[in-house]
Amino acid sequence: MGRRVLVLGGGTGGTLVANRLHRSLPRDEAEITVVDADDRHLYQPGLLFVPFGLSRPSALVRSRRAQLHPGIDFRQSAVDRVDLEAEQVVLQDGTAHSYDVLVVATGARLVPEETEGLTGPGWGSSVHTFYSLPGAAALSAALPTFEGGRLVVNMVDMPVKCPVAPLEFCFLADWYFHERGIRDRVEISYVTSLDGAFTKATCNRELSGLLAEKGVEVVTEFNTGQVDGEAGKLISYDGRQVGFDLAVMVPLHGGAPYVSRSPGLGDELGFVPTDEATLQAKAAPNVFVIGDATDLRVSKAGSVAHFQGEVLVRNIRRFLAGDALDASFDGHTNCFIESGFGKALLIDYNDDVEPVPGHFPGRFGLPLLRESRLNHLGKLAFQSLYWHALLPGRDIPGLTSAMPLAGKRLDAATSA
Amino acid sequence: MPTKTYRGREFEVDAEGFFTVPSQWSEDIAAEIAREEGIGELTDRHWQVIKFMRHEYDEKGAGPTVRVLGKTSGVPIKELYQLFPRGPAKIAAKIAGIPKPRGCI
Ligand SMILES: Cc1cc2nc3c(=O)[nH]c(=O)nc-3n(C[C@H](O)[C@H](O)[C@H](O)COP(=O)(O)OP(=O)(O)OC[C@H]3O[C@@H](n4cnc5c(N)ncnc54)[C@H](O)[C@@H]3O)c2cc1C
Repeated sequence: MGRRVLVLGGGTGGTLVANRLHRSLPRDEAEITVVDADDRHLYQPGLLFVPFGLSRPSALVRSRRAQLHPGIDFRQSAVDRVDLEAEQVVLQDGTAHSYDVLVVATGARLVPEETEGLTGPGWGSSVHTFYSLPGAAALSAALPTFEGGRLVVNMVDMPVKCPVAPLEFCFLADWYFHERGIRDRVEISYVTSLDGAFTKATCNRELSGLLAEKGVEVVTEFNTGQVDGEAGKLISYDGRQVGFDLAVMVPLHGGAPYVSRSPGLGDELGFVPTDEATLQAKAAPNVFVIGDATDLRVSKAGSVAHFQGEVLVRNIRRFLAGDALDASFDGHTNCFIESGFGKALLIDYNDDVEPVPGHFPGRFGLPLLRESRLNHLGKLAFQSLYWHALLPGRDIPGLTSAMPLAGKRLDAATSA
Repeated sequence: MPTKTYRGREFEVDAEGFFTVPSQWSEDIAAEIAREEGIGELTDRHWQVIKFMRHEYDEKGAGPTVRVLGKTSGVPIKELYQLFPRGPAKIAAKIAGIPKPRGCI
């Protein structure tokens, strides 16, 4: 009988790993089961466009099961807990499943209730988020009625999914209010817990310049302790205040609740301590982790899960064969940053090389760290690539796990 | 590499004054670093946080964020800000002689 591979979570990472494994392991060698709480796979990058009427919510959702290759088992139930000692997972439908290899791919969830007042008065009317489908849909109803005043976009604290998404929201809001002819009546502020718009120096300089050009005020090192929806203000733990007429929040994130219920598996925020190069969980040798569920410092992004998938699948095969693991994940991250007016930037970096100018994936590719129409088209094309190449677990030309150096102007980097 | 002198001894620090070699630190210099950061006296509560920072650094190789401090140090976030008004994660890391906690991105 085959070895049992159990994949928890059928989102970006879980789906692509299951499909890659299924293709690379002979059929009688492994039984692959994917568990997810529901059968609605959401294309999360599309959430950014929903508030501005540029994407319809229904166009972003497909069946999870349908994204899995035939021969992979799909089980619809929430995970209740993992018993590392017994090598067994208990689901909320009451069934228990033992495994030879476990893949944790249950992502990150929003925990808005952890910030005082965030889900209190004003939630859904003057206080919003675009980080969930219902939230993005509610915001798409609220924006057209906004006639002027102060729009505040607040990233409460790291880690969050796709840390550039709140900046993209600011850029698109600038464009949106221009289009409506009321940009001069809207103040846009970006409020962040970080000490700059972005933590990597060269990229921070570029993005800060762009924000200033578009008239977006940036408030840094603001640790939101309370949201007062009635009075319309954010209050930081050190007593500073930022007033708003409309607040767009990127709430705190945490791991899936079962992680904290599973002794030894997670950290204090519910993320899973993971070896950064092999993607093996620190808790047990037969547990691997991918995507947003890890405690790693790499961005929580779909592109990262794609790059990790290659290494992870290789390592599961090596583990099953009793070979040494491949420690080759380099923190490769790639993301388009939508900047409004039909343009976008592209950044490509890893643990050692910060985002720099140049071209991707080689000298004649897309321009890096610079606004261009081509990158905007790239961002839009990513949606189809996501369903048709990334989730099926295909290798995508130019989008390989190891970060390409060709085309990068490394001399333009400012810091180590 | 810049250095700072506390109690007559020299320590390696980064441009912002964070220790780069945590093993050089000892408890007897904490009060002097704290005074530079505008904290007059280190109470038991301050020490609880400082020791926790050291412990976390030894375990994980990095200082915790404010949110993690609030969840695990036994001192709630509001009080952390009363103890270290200029930012608990940063200031407590500096006093505890560990490198500046990096925002992750
Ligand atoms: C607004 C926004 C914009 C973004 N933009 C981009 C972008 O432009 N580019 C990019 O690369 N990335 C982007 N991302 C990030 C990207 O979507 C995620 O990083 C990626 O989906 C992570 O994949 P994952 O498999 O780790 O988690 P997910 O895809 O979130 O999957 C986790 C799965 O686990 C399931 N699950 C959770 N708990 C349980 C449980 N207890 N039991 C059973 N199942 C459970 C969930 O239902 C879910 O299906 C964006 C995200 C957001 C929110």
